[in-house]
Amino acid sequence: MSQRTTPKTIETIEFGLMSPEEYRNMSVTKIITADTYDDDGFPIDMGLMDPRLGVIDPGLQCKTCGKRSGRCEGHFGHIELAAPVVHPGFSKLIRRLLRGTCHDCARLLLDDSQQEEYREKLETARELEEDVSDVMKSAIRSARKAGTCPHCEAEQKDVKHDKPTTYYEDGQKLMPSDIRDRFERIPDDDLRVLGINADRARPEWMILTVLPVPPVTARPSITLDSGQRSEDDLTHKLVDIIRINQRFMENREAGSPQLIIEDLWELLQYHVTTFVDNEISGTPPAHHRSGRPLKTLSQRLKGKEGRFRGSLSGKRVNFSSRTVISPDPTISVNEVGVPEEIAKEMTLKVKVTENNIEEIVEYVRRGPEDHPGANYVKREDGRRLKVKDKNAEALAERMLTPEGAGPMAGEGDEEEEEAGASDDDADPQGLGWTVERHLTDGDVVLFNRQPSLHRMSMMAHEVVVMPYKTFRLNTTVCPPYNADFDGDEMNMHVVQSEEALAEAEVLMKVQEHILSPRFGGPIIGAIQDHISGTYLLTHEEELFDESQALDLLRKTSVTELPEADEEIDGDEHWYGDTVFSLLLPDGLDMEFESSAGDTVVIEDGELLEGTIDEDAVGSFVGEIVETVAKIYGMDRTARFIDDVSSLAIRSIMHFGFSFGISDEDLPEEAREEIDVGIEEAEEEVERLIETYERGELESLPGRSLEETLEMKIMQALGKARDSAGEIAEQYLEDDNPGVVMADSGARGSMLNLTQMAGCVGQQAVRGERINRGYENRTLSHFKEDDLSADARGFVRHSYKEGLEPREFFFHAMGGREGLVDTAVRTSKSGYLQRRLINALQELEAQYDGTVRNSENDIVQFEYGEDGTDPMKMPDGDAVDVDAIADRVLDADEAPAGGDD
Amino acid sequence: MARYDVLDHELVPEHVVLDDDEVEELLERYDIKKTDLPKIGRLDAAVKELDAEPGDVLKIVRESWTTDEAIAYRIVVDE
Repeated sequence: MSQRTTPKTIETIEFGLMSPEEYRNMSVTKIITADTYDDDGFPIDMGLMDPRLGVIDPGLQCKTCGKRSGRCEGHFGHIELAAPVVHPGFSKLIRRLLRGTCHDCARLLLDDSQQEEYREKLETARELEEDVSDVMKSAIRSARKAGTCPHCEAEQKDVKHDKPTTYYEDGQKLMPSDIRDRFERIPDDDLRVLGINADRARPEWMILTVLPVPPVTARPSITLDSGQRSEDDLTHKLVDIIRINQRFMENREAGSPQLIIEDLWELLQYHVTTFVDNEISGTPPAHHRSGRPLKTLSQRLKGKEGRFRGSLSGKRVNFSSRTVISPDPTISVNEVGVPEEIAKEMTLKVKVTENNIEEIVEYVRRGPEDHPGANYVKREDGRRLKVKDKNAEALAERMLTPEGAGPMAGEGDEEEEEAGASDDDADPQGLGWTVERHLTDGDVVLFNRQPSLHRMSMMAHEVVVMPYKTFRLNTTVCPPYNADFDGDEMNMHVVQSEEALAEAEVLMKVQEHILSPRFGGPIIGAIQDHISGTYLLTHEEELFDESQALDLLRKTSVTELPEADEEIDGDEHWYGDTVFSLLLPDGLDMEFESSAGDTVVIEDGELLEGTIDEDAVGSFVGEIVETVAKIYGMDRTARFIDDVSSLAIRSIMHFGFSFGISDEDLPEEAREEIDVGIEEAEEEVERLIETYERGELESLPGRSLEETLEMKIMQALGKARDSAGEIAEQYLEDDNPGVVMADSGARGSMLNLTQMAGCVGQQAVRGERINRGYENRTLSHFKEDDLSADARGFVRHSYKEGLEPREFFFHAMGGREGLVDTAVRTSKSGYLQRRLINALQELEAQYDGTVRNSENDIVQFEYGEDGTDPMKMPDGDAVDVDAIADRVLDADEAPAGGDD
Repeated sequence: MARYDVLDHELVPEHVVLDDDEVEELLERYDIKKTDLPKIGRLDAAVKELDAEPGDVLKIVRESWTTDEAIAYRIVVDE
């Protein structure tokens, strides 16, 4: 175990360049040969796998530091480059310096007064914590304007930059050695004007003469099953560099022509460039033998899977699991069903104390296979033992054996232990041990579904261990997770520390997230069949006898029936409203309008009139859920939601509910009425077109004639569909399941029903009738410039009747646009969200009410400029004084205790 | 043409330049340095109207829908 050291604060961080001397000093060896291993499989000295560069094979000792594999972090080597090359990461800075300094005397092309001016600008930029590089850019810009050097009067030539690493001056190529010579002559004081600290970063260090060789631990080779070694991409690249470096030296010594030398120089530059960054524009990427581009230094850092986003900001974690989810209406919103298989694999560490030893030992005794068991025990001396079927019993006994009684040291698994003559005063050996026990009912875990777009995407649930292989969740928590059961998978994390557990329970429990901070309303509530269920229960005056009423309530927390509403033939009967009222907290007073359109009145926890539907208990809008949450607290709300969903499901099962093709049937006369309506609309369109062609159409203000015509046609056809809808609505019975769902807000709308039973209506692309395809017509079936309804994507049939081929095609066009829209929207908004979160993540509301960033700058003087928590605001207002007054006065009149 | 005072426009909230004592009190209240305040550009129309100099602190009183008024303070800076 690593000892904790005193925390230290970082005062400053300084960035700079490394000099060739620094590279040599930190190097443990010069690398001169491109070979890695000899024929016997041993690493070659001064080769790329030199043993002094660190150890990767387990068991070996590092030749430099003596540590073993895993502990030795590796040591750098170096390559002496035969000729200097440009470091591709600094190509822009090199260009700037070339342009800003004198061709002859290498001084900055600014006279003393200008230098002074920029020095001051730098100072203020530093003081105000502004970007210093902007000052440099403007200094270079004005330096470039000088035609001659203000110091030596030499005429200046234009520097061209051929990306990424070639520079020309006056058409003449500048070799890296030339650049280096010039940079060496730039005085330190001139650099300071550009914001470069010459002590830390001499510009000539941007031209490499020595290349550091990363330790082998940074580029480990892997041994394949065949025994063949496979080298890391970086090693491959280094091999290339060394080969070319050697050839360069040989050729130069042999006195080869300048042309060949220059070619080799360029090749060396290419290899060093791709070693640093293999995705530089203007340089073809280096490829592996297999054809895959090499992953070199930059590629290890950049992007989603790179070191920053992939290994530091986010990484894979232990104590987590993932599987498919499925619904279970019998568990509470606060619970999650966990497959036994997973519960046996995921463990919680428990410290053994006097108070829990009996219980914990039972876990150990059951072993790793029997569900509420244990997988590991950790003794007080820090040794961790795996609990196996074979040693479970022995381990359990040993834990109970008093200290000093049994043989303590036995490491062997088979060792039999006898609870010897025990000293009653001695503590059992197990005290102070840590046991990793299985997940059991009631443990709190974190549950998450990606994309985690808001805080409700990760909530704490209580575990219920179940058979089979899926996570089970209550259907009412689908909206916050945006989950459905068409194959969605979710993640579970087992909280390991007591602190984390407490935080999870207090802050992350599902019930603490019923109200959304986004709009202050409930994000958890009844959905789909729950809403149909409560609607059926409360819409008409339904009577239930005792057994029916009890059946409805059997899964709820209600255990007793109130006084009967009616007595029929001596049998007691209750109304649906009364049954629903049993779930409401006592003393609840409300009045609001339901989705079905009637007024819901609740007085003292009794539903007096109105239909309970989406607007009452639904997610996102449920008025009752919101009020209960804001007045009675989250425990009561969780119970209310559980009760409502259980009652609703019993209720929908009592009545029976199904929806099929025949539920869209319309009588013959309705069909005729709809057809007449559509024909009239089509005639109207023809009339409009004729008026337009005669030139008699009057344009609307601000529109062209064509636009006016289009608008009027759209209007006429829209009206046709609406009237079809009205006719359909008229002929569909109120108890039609489609109507019930649309009316209650459970699923679908009257528009959906219209399209199924009446007429699908106009198809649109980009908000206009379909007008693209062939020249001046949509399809080759039509004459050019045909503006009639059916030539421009009007679908007169219903989904039930079926679409004509042409209608079908237009419908597909409209549908495709929707598909593309969603695809584009999700990717765009995802990126937007990422940027927004990166910008806002450090903001924090302080105890003095201000919102500040990590540098203590004030962003808002009062959180949200009003200091209100949207979760606690009643319906958009900061305070609802009237409601509070009413409630307080009511409470005064009848000082009733809290609910139940 | 008569110049229009932007501060008279109904969409422009009330801007006031704080005197030194008030600035002192403000910095004390929030335990901050002057540079921790949100910034407002020297060329902002309202700042020009008030003839405020860089380094001045403005008090801006906005009408709020939830609370009657929301008060913010900003320091005038060079662009």
